[in-house]
Amino acid sequence: MTDSYLIVGADVVGEGRADLLLQDGVVRRVETGSDAPRDARRIDADGLVALPGLVDLHTHLREPGREDAETIATGSAAAAAGGFTAVLAMANTDPVTDTAEAAERVRELGRQAGLVDVHPVGAVTKALAGEQLAELGLMARSRARVRVFSDDGKCVQDARLMRRALEYVKAFGGVVSQHAQDPRLAGSDACAHEGELSGRLGLPGWPGVAEEVIVARDVMLARHTGSRVHIAHVSTAGSVEVLRWAKAQGIAVTAEVTPHHLMLPVEKVATYDPTFKVNPPLRPAEDIAALREALADGTIDAVATDHAPHARHDKEHAFAEAAFGMLGLEQALQVVHTVMVRAGSMDWSQVTAAMSTTPARIAGLDDQGGGLADGAPANLVLFDPAARVTVDRDASRSLSSNNPWHGVALDGAVHATFLRGRATLLDGEVHA
Amino acid sequence: MRHLLSAADLDRDQALTILETATQMHDVQHREVKKLPALRGRTVVNLFFEDSTRTRSSFEIAGKWLSADVINISAKGSSVSKGESLRDTVTTVAAMGVDGLVIRHHASGAPAQVADWVDAIVVNAGDGTHEHPTQALLDAYSISRRIGDLAGKHVVIAGDLTHSRVVRSNLLLLKTLGAQVTLVAPPTLMPSGIGAWSEAAGFATTYDFDAVLPDADAVMMLRVQKERMTGGYFPTPREYTVGYGLTRERLKLLPPNAVIAHPGPMNRGLEITADAADEARSLILDQVSAGVAVRMSVLYHLLGGAQ
Repeated sequence: MTDSYLIVGADVVGEGRADLLLQDGVVRRVETGSDAPRDARRIDADGLVALPGLVDLHTHLREPGREDAETIATGSAAAAAGGFTAVLAMANTDPVTDTAEAAERVRELGRQAGLVDVHPVGAVTKALAGEQLAELGLMARSRARVRVFSDDGKCVQDARLMRRALEYVKAFGGVVSQHAQDPRLAGSDACAHEGELSGRLGLPGWPGVAEEVIVARDVMLARHTGSRVHIAHVSTAGSVEVLRWAKAQGIAVTAEVTPHHLMLPVEKVATYDPTFKVNPPLRPAEDIAALREALADGTIDAVATDHAPHARHDKEHAFAEAAFGMLGLEQALQVVHTVMVRAGSMDWSQVTAAMSTTPARIAGLDDQGGGLADGAPANLVLFDPAARVTVDRDASRSLSSNNPWHGVALDGAVHATFLRGRATLLDGEVHA
Repeated sequence: MRHLLSAADLDRDQALTILETATQMHDVQHREVKKLPALRGRTVVNLFFEDSTRTRSSFEIAGKWLSADVINISAKGSSVSKGESLRDTVTTVAAMGVDGLVIRHHASGAPAQVADWVDAIVVNAGDGTHEHPTQALLDAYSISRRIGDLAGKHVVIAGDLTHSRVVRSNLLLLKTLGAQVTLVAPPTLMPSGIGAWSEAAGFATTYDFDAVLPDADAVMMLRVQKERMTGGYFPTPREYTVGYGLTRERLKLLPPNAVIAHPGPMNRGLEITADAADEARSLILDQVSAGVAVRMSVLYHLLGGAQ
């Protein structure tokens, strides 16, 4: 691929139509195309929106341990195809990312894949066992420079341990991302939102209050410790209420919502299709409405995918026994465009904040989410809002096909992605 | 109707046809030679992921009396723990040239998923806490044999509703047959979302067992699963019996013509006393006997006898 690109006539978020030259890894603002080097590849961006490369706070890449479901390379390709330039790779791999060495290995495999910046998330507790703190400081001081810690997939249930984790990460500006789920209240077999549908279907219910009590507890712990806490995949209106209160108190809490919780209602599980089994579960329409409102008004800070690839055989079980999780990287921006922008609830500057600027800030990434000013790192995505694409799970760059939007027509399409000036997605192809 | 996955698969005419055929099948039970040729050359596999002597035997006898070749496969233990997916397990069995799969599974929805993967007809023989449609059919069969057409009759179902697949199928079938249904349980054993569900599906709920018994034409007691007694659903067995057991005192509230049903196995002394279980108006053994006839009827209609 060529080293420089001239993007002509893009709609740059916050400033309108502009021409951008991507050269030497940075953005150069040019008045006319004649200012560009002769060998720069010209991209006609008429009608396309240009926004900073997306940052995903919550990605499962499955490597090491389940390379049959996803590898860091294939997950990176899915991310690039979705407009991402950085992802935070969750720690619940096998082995768990709970040491500096493990974190550095993930970072290095991401570098080798060369499609997005892969930042490992460190486990909060050793082996995600919820008993002893993992080597948080060593991970932070490693070359992987870990700043986000999470036992995602499991809740840090022990309130005292959670308190210690919040206190400890203050030393290096870290943040604890909590999978909010009281395991006793939800029950060990919970697999669908607790409500009328779970009652009728005979599926063990996952009550919203099991999330809300942990959110409430953790914001109080954040207040007590003066630390930052981040709530992963918020899924209920009750959690939103707690977050709104906590922010009004000045507590340092941030939160994310997934594309699937913004769009897919609990009724999707009515046929027992395990594609729609996810943790936390898909919720009713009133929760979805509250999540959309909270994202629009900033109570929820970020959209994060919780991209969770699974090999086909791990989903081909009875619903209650199938693996939790669904893909998210490739369609995240399309979903947000469809349910928030098209619906008039968010504009592109808010999308930029929720999917790039704010997640980069939460994760402490200096070279991501910084906008498209002259001299800024050339991490950007070009999005075609006029396109309408019917999702085909077989066309995915992920190794897995548990795509909840298969067969659904979404508004918009990612046209191109650039990582430090290099095209990682262009002309429908992912380029390492 | 290609499969029988849920009691909702049956409209009123289909349900009545199955019950009517069951009456004829019931006569076979009293013959010296208990054999009909209807399913000769057809193969039915009872694929049981969960133990159930009563239901499995009933399906096995039903198939054999219809001259089908019946094979029992116990796939006890989760396919997950064996490292094989449910899909691999059932498609392997189905690939042997099976015409019918009778599936019992500990997880709700499993038979419905299986029906998408195989060409054989699938009968749900109980899935998790979801449904048990042939149990509902045999309940309706037994009750209506004693008290007549169920349209307009009041059936009270009491017990551990949350964990009962029987109640979910009964709610659907009894409504299809025009009965009124009232569910009785302590709040902790009412299924989640019961308010919206009862409103949409048109049944009543109450915590007060005594209040509904005088108006009942039939009362169906559900088993309390003893292993759940420590789950915080109710304080003690004694307290449960006082509030929700069909005790000798409560029997007096039941109209003389009303009948008593229980899908079994019973916890005598917990949800039902011996007095109630062994009364002349108890249908409990009738239900067991009817199970074979109803399952013969279901297999007959699904597997070609009526095609």
